[in-house]
Amino acid sequence: MNIHEKKEVILDDSRVIIEALAQAGADVYIGYPITPSNAMYLYASQRFPLMLPAPDEISTLQYMSGLAIVGHIPVTATSFPGFALMVESINMAYMMELPMIIILTQRLGPATGTATAGAQGDVALLKGMISGGHPVPVICPSSIEDCWHLSAKAVEIAVKLRTPVVILSSKERATTNRNFDISKLPPIKPLERKYYSKNEPYKPYEYNETLVPDFLPVSNTSHQVRITASTHDQNGIIQHTSEEAMKNTIRLEKKIFKYLNEYTYYEHIQNNSKQLIVSYGVSANAAQEAVKILQKNGRNTDLLIVKTLIPVSEDLYSIIEKYEKVVFAEDNINGQYAKILFGEKLPTHVSFVGSIGKMLSPKNIIEGGKL
Amino acid sequence: MSNNVLNTKELPFCKGCGHHLIAQNTAKAIEELGLNILDVIFVTDIGCHGIIDKSLNTHTVHGLHGRSVALGAGISMGLPPEKKVIVFIGDGGATIGLQHILEAARLNVNLTVVVHNNFLYGMTGGQLSGLTPKGFNTIITPNGSPYGEHDICELVYTAGANYVSRVLGIGDYSETIKNALKTPGFSLIEVMEICPSYGVKFNPKRKLQEIVEAANKPIKTWTNHRDPFVFPERKIVSNLFDKTPVIEHLNKEKILTSQIQVVLSGSAGEGVQLAANILCKAAVKHGYNITQKGTYPVTVGVGFSNAEVNISPDEILFHGLSNPEYVIVTSQDGLDFSKNTIKQMNEHQWILIDKSLPLPETKAQILSYDFRGKGAKNAVISSLFFFAKLSGIIETDTLKAILSEMGMLEKLPLTAIENELVLVTV
Repeated sequence: MNIHEKKEVILDDSRVIIEALAQAGADVYIGYPITPSNAMYLYASQRFPLMLPAPDEISTLQYMSGLAIVGHIPVTATSFPGFALMVESINMAYMMELPMIIILTQRLGPATGTATAGAQGDVALLKGMISGGHPVPVICPSSIEDCWHLSAKAVEIAVKLRTPVVILSSKERATTNRNFDISKLPPIKPLERKYYSKNEPYKPYEYNETLVPDFLPVSNTSHQVRITASTHDQNGIIQHTSEEAMKNTIRLEKKIFKYLNEYTYYEHIQNNSKQLIVSYGVSANAAQEAVKILQKNGRNTDLLIVKTLIPVSEDLYSIIEKYEKVVFAEDNINGQYAKILFGEKLPTHVSFVGSIGKMLSPKNIIEGGKL
Repeated sequence: MSNNVLNTKELPFCKGCGHHLIAQNTAKAIEELGLNILDVIFVTDIGCHGIIDKSLNTHTVHGLHGRSVALGAGISMGLPPEKKVIVFIGDGGATIGLQHILEAARLNVNLTVVVHNNFLYGMTGGQLSGLTPKGFNTIITPNGSPYGEHDICELVYTAGANYVSRVLGIGDYSETIKNALKTPGFSLIEVMEICPSYGVKFNPKRKLQEIVEAANKPIKTWTNHRDPFVFPERKIVSNLFDKTPVIEHLNKEKILTSQIQVVLSGSAGEGVQLAANILCKAAVKHGYNITQKGTYPVTVGVGFSNAEVNISPDEILFHGLSNPEYVIVTSQDGLDFSKNTIKQMNEHQWILIDKSLPLPETKAQILSYDFRGKGAKNAVISSLFFFAKLSGIIETDTLKAILSEMGMLEKLPLTAIENELVLVTV
């Protein structure tokens, strides 16, 4: 049989993300139902070797952390109300340096807002959710191929960097069906984990130039493991603000940046234009359409689809600075990603087009962006 | 490494604090049971009890205030039962994390929780917790707590814990801890103490035993005999794509040269999204690309349900509501939802509407049929046949084949549909 035989199916991003994570080696899913992430919970219940319903989202993250401490790679999916409850525990997992994947399917806020309306309103929260301002990698797919490849990458970086990773989606991508030829998605090789294997005494937070300490699960009986969410030294012993402990806390930030070029993803579509649309996720699809419409009318526009939203790669600035006019297109009313890049007051040549309550459309982008 | 649980005699607690005894009794229990200390994982959190970590030779995990039981539960779930996960938590932590304790008891996770109940939050200055007995003085309630307190033992026993015991935090109670550690499933020991810094200060004349008796908290043991937690056996698939049927193309000529949008507007519970999915399958069989987006309220069986289907010979980028070529309306809910869209439609566009509904104001061409006459649940699917005949984009035979594959064709009043379909002229 030809392995590239066309296999056209109808599916949504939720299915692709969950399958990709499972193939990549994520092995336990902790679920708490919340719209619009319910399909992911269902798919995970059909696919993951281990699955457990949690009683709330704080427990979800705590169960995940516990399972990560014994060597699993846990996954959950939620939307803002659940994510808000998880934030302290994500800080814990970040400080403990535990790999895990949190899929955040955005919906319309504030608060409960409208569970069944799409939005891209949680980007600002993601930027600042760790006390101290340390970045947590945020990966944002805008196509089926992205869901496949970037979800697998998310597992890889979660383990390599020992950190929680957020996969950012939204109702309008996670739950929209589309036809797709799945023979275009190559099988994903499951991650092989390497644990500390030396005979010398193990210091759980000792690090070298890689900035990532070797991991050992608490199931081992060779070395004592200490894991802690409080400020600690390399032995995992709680400290006030000792020099060693502060270096460790600073390292947590540095390690995320150190490998950024290994997980910086974006697509720069160049049509030889002086104007650029910057977008991500579902709005990037509207931007793609806008570019096509503009092209038909003889008005070329370039497009930057950002897929690694956080941390912000220097590459984005290098691209953006070449343009005379830059329009950010996002499904929110305040230009959250534009402000992450440029601060509260956008430079005069940078503008923002947004939407609330309905998907940002190509027309909105063209007219609002005066393109 | 020695097999001593504690690496020091100098524990980090205030002089006279019962936490010394808890650590020593727990250590004694572990040692007398002959456990390998690296088969033991201590999980602690925020509160005076949590500073014990550095004095332990076992694995140690130090988490968030009150969340240690959920964290410990996660650790335990991933380990074989011969490993011992012990959670140290205070009465404050037990208050904020009460649900975690009840859940771990309900699931009967292999876990031993030791509640250090000294009736207040010691680390933050002596405030009252949910386990502070009524009448006990704290910095916030200097004339006695006016509130009642939880009986944590009764709560976890009712939730299904296999071993629960309350002890006075005096002397040697290592046997009780041993019993807890030996019991498969969830166990909890509530150790009653007085905080030497704040408890004694605000309640100078009271003795521990008298406080416990006044609070009507008997020193006793409760037991259940339930199976401990294991991850249940489940049937799983090896690939989620196996659950998505491959759609074969029919090699039909495509009449569409550019993208169109079809909107299905009806009521929740009447199969709008399912019908949209069938329409999508048919379009894919005819060689088109599709997207299917649903819009609906949070309610499940009431209110509107709307599906926006794009059909295109080319790649579909933006899939949101645009300027639909066809709007199919099968109920009043659907009409209410789509009225603004319908108002903006032009004379080249079509509305297929159930004949029971008032004809909306629009420039679009209106075709009115008896969709609901085929049964409310069949209304939307029936409408697809009319759409197929009117648009020519898909064939009614394609719809029939899909419905047949899904086992739905027999349920449809096909003769009635076909009789009315004759009336559709293109």
